[in-house]
Amino acid sequence: MPTPSGVPVASAPVVSAAHFILRPTRWLIYAALTASALFFLAPLVVVLLNSVRTGQEIGLGSLIGWPSVFAWDNYAQAWSSYCIAQRCDGIRMYMGNSLAMVIPATIVSTALGALAGYSISLWRFRGDSVIFAVVIMGVFLPEQMKLIPWALVLRQFGLSNTVGALILIHTVQGLSFTTLFCRNYFVGIPQDLMKAARVDGAGYFRIFWRIVLPLSPPILVVTVIWQFTGIWNEFLYGVTFTTGAQQPVTAALIAISVTAPTDVPQYGIQSAAVLLAALPTLLVYFFGGQYFLRGLTAGAIK
Amino acid sequence: MAALSVRGVHKRFGPVEVLKGIDLTVENGEFAVLLGPSGCGKSTLLNVVAGLERPSAGTVEIGDRVVNDIEPKDRDIAMVFQSYALYPAMTVRRNITFGMECRGVPKQQQSEAVARVAGLLQIDGLLERKPAQLSGGQRQRVAMGRALVRDPLLFLFDEPLSNLDAKLRVDMRTEIKQLHQRIGTTIVYVTHDQIEAMTMASRIAVMDRGEIQQFDSPETVYNRPANLFVARFLGTPPMNTVPARLARDGDSLVAIVGADQPGQATLPLPPQTAAVRAYMDREVVLGIRPECISDGARRAAGIPATRIEAEVEVSEPTGAETIVLIRIAGVRLRARVAPDIKLSPGRPASFSVDTRTICLFDPQTERLIA
Repeated sequence: MPTPSGVPVASAPVVSAAHFILRPTRWLIYAALTASALFFLAPLVVVLLNSVRTGQEIGLGSLIGWPSVFAWDNYAQAWSSYCIAQRCDGIRMYMGNSLAMVIPATIVSTALGALAGYSISLWRFRGDSVIFAVVIMGVFLPEQMKLIPWALVLRQFGLSNTVGALILIHTVQGLSFTTLFCRNYFVGIPQDLMKAARVDGAGYFRIFWRIVLPLSPPILVVTVIWQFTGIWNEFLYGVTFTTGAQQPVTAALIAISVTAPTDVPQYGIQSAAVLLAALPTLLVYFFGGQYFLRGLTAGAIK
Repeated sequence: MAALSVRGVHKRFGPVEVLKGIDLTVENGEFAVLLGPSGCGKSTLLNVVAGLERPSAGTVEIGDRVVNDIEPKDRDIAMVFQSYALYPAMTVRRNITFGMECRGVPKQQQSEAVARVAGLLQIDGLLERKPAQLSGGQRQRVAMGRALVRDPLLFLFDEPLSNLDAKLRVDMRTEIKQLHQRIGTTIVYVTHDQIEAMTMASRIAVMDRGEIQQFDSPETVYNRPANLFVARFLGTPPMNTVPARLARDGDSLVAIVGADQPGQATLPLPPQTAAVRAYMDREVVLGIRPECISDGARRAAGIPATRIEAEVEVSEPTGAETIVLIRIAGVRLRARVAPDIKLSPGRPASFSVDTRTICLFDPQTERLIA
């Protein structure tokens, strides 16, 4: 490594001398970062490339390779005609299930979490901190532990093997997180605002609707992204409590990998299906991600 | 009619008793100031009056109606907060009309009320702005407007000026006083700033440790403090409170500061009551305002001033006057002299004392000896 000792330091500005010293180190850092980025992006790149390669091409050659022809048809097949578990409708039905699950579950859990967080943070009532502690415990309970209780509850409600079951589960389980997020944001709202509103004659819901909610978009965006991606990507409850036509897309995707031994593995179509299934969360993050990062640190700054 | 009567109010937060039996009656049209150091319970008392806190014991009456079980909105009060508490997401107009909107006042009436208050406070041009677009002084005005629009029986002010810079504070102080003179509605005003209290109040309730120490006119609270706390809390610098001994001098009484020490000072007292005479030849605490000890040349109007000799320790010029720390027979006192008087530290000097407003306190109970 060159040393700066030979350079006429005295005549050079201090900054450029520092640059000179940093240069090799800086290159090393960039090299390391680029290598890591390539490493972590590799699976995505492989899946992206395979999603436009034909099954034969992948089967004859290697799993990693540049497509000789772009088989855009993979996406159409994955969407509407590929056979999953003896059903040749593609993933569109399962995507529909996932959407039917994620939209109500996200909205209801966020709305209830906002109300719960508002009650706990801005209204003093007997036992409020105990209730908060109990609600927050839900954040730490492992999912496997709750499988059997949920099975019993779903049977009681006659919801077994329905999308409704998953909506109920994700709404209830999401409450711990949404309450925690909203409560931590709302504690930053000055108590004087509450007092002023009470003197003005506003009640519980009017204060929430007119004063608290207009201040809440940052935390609501965070909560919605968190819930949406969490529920969309959830897999365990999906495979445990639903079968066949009721499954969300994450659960259905496993069936994709089960191919009859005689068949040629359809890696191209499978890759396209995986990418389609990942698209909604990518879009949500793409449009809301800046709020997400901002919202998570919003409480820390002020 | 009393606008506000507080009777035997206690407030406990867990094991901490913040209010220890408050009795307070504010007459209609009064400007009552609750004054005290932080943590004395003055804001809690205001919250109890507003109905934002429930008293642990005692009753609150507003306009001869017991309001203990009445919601803040139905108490016929309006409140101004230290933080202004403007609703951030609403325009100034919305902030002002929000209370009327909650009470279902017709739109027409709302806009008339806004116009009236906006004119009164000169905030006409700000009505469509959000609070974040206003300066501190403008926010303060809007907060006042929100209260004024209500036209209540009782205004509650919780340190409304303490977030303003010094100059604006002085201006707003005058404005609030003028406003009170114009509308005449009863005001209960919480502050820790004694200048605000002295300049605005018709009566001051001095609070400490959850109790009202004295509730009287500013002059009385200043000149005849009920106890040593009040004497030492009011005034910048506060009243000198030093040990002294009462003695007889012919027909009249004198107080001796630094008794039996070289350089003791004998101060003649005005004619005193029997209560004072009971303290003859005993130790008392003598209270004298710094402005009653001035340079030797000055003479209290009408009566011959008492001259004392004292050693100058520190001289602090403030521009309008000079505060001098002096020592009489080992006892330290503060004096106020004209700014052109130059006194050298460590040198003896002559001072004239106006003895007419001397206060005497019992050293045990710390109360004013009547």
